[in-house]
Amino acid sequence: MPKSVHRLSIPSSTRYLVEVRRFVENHARQAHLRDDAIEQFKIAVDEACTNVIKHAYMGDDRQQIDLAIIVDDDRFTVRIRDEGRAFHPRMYSEPNIFKYAETRRAGGFGVHIMRRLMDEVEYQTRGKVNEVRLTKFRNGRSDGVGAPPPL
Amino acid sequence: MSNFSVGFRDSDHAQILDLKGELDAHTASELEAALQKCQDDERFRIIVNGENLQYISSAGLGVFMAYIEEVREQGGDIKIAALQPNVFIVLDLLGFPMLFDIHETEEEALQKFERDQTADA
Repeated sequence: MPKSVHRLSIPSSTRYLVEVRRFVENHARQAHLRDDAIEQFKIAVDEACTNVIKHAYMGDDRQQIDLAIIVDDDRFTVRIRDEGRAFHPRMYSEPNIFKYAETRRAGGFGVHIMRRLMDEVEYQTRGKVNEVRLTKFRNGRSDGVGAPPPL
Repeated sequence: MSNFSVGFRDSDHAQILDLKGELDAHTASELEAALQKCQDDERFRIIVNGENLQYISSAGLGVFMAYIEEVREQGGDIKIAALQPNVFIVLDLLGFPMLFDIHETEEEALQKFERDQTADA
């Protein structure tokens, strides 16, 4: 059983990204994550939501994105769910900024950022629900979550 | 109300853009409009001052990617200066220091433009 779960649902629009970052920041701070880990979660979750808004729901702001922050003794996870077009991680290739600049390509960095900043990035599709889980472990390889708070 | 703004400042050697607030997929269009205005005004020597930029996501970085080649083809450059550490980390993750001229201060970036201009003359 996780120690606590916090939920937020937003319409699929970039105007709510600020709210998402505040939500993540507040709960990450309450869970005693280090400042650098908090910043990393803010950007990783922002990138995940931006991808849903642009690619899963393709700009349709009548759709909804459901976030859950799951706080555990050994990890901090943010789960993002949508019911849009599924993302296939196997189809993804690492971005090359020189090629991107040549072709004036402005997007495609989000997955790279999430993978670099998180200990674990998991994608799953069950029925029509797509899910990405962004996790850092306490005392994990990124050492960003810090020691668990005293009970 | 937007939590991001771009201020324009003129200097002899460059057009300076002061970024303030949080640059994400929602506010990236404002940076795009500012860089487009530089192009329309034929100002191709651009310094982006990030002293008051508190946050950047890849959507913001994508705007720089979309304009850099065009600006360089016109003999100019987009130099980035005075970034906060948490913002620089994101640029660094994507290898931006290999593609962009990034300086610790605006003065340093200006001096680089001055030197380039002298070399070109």
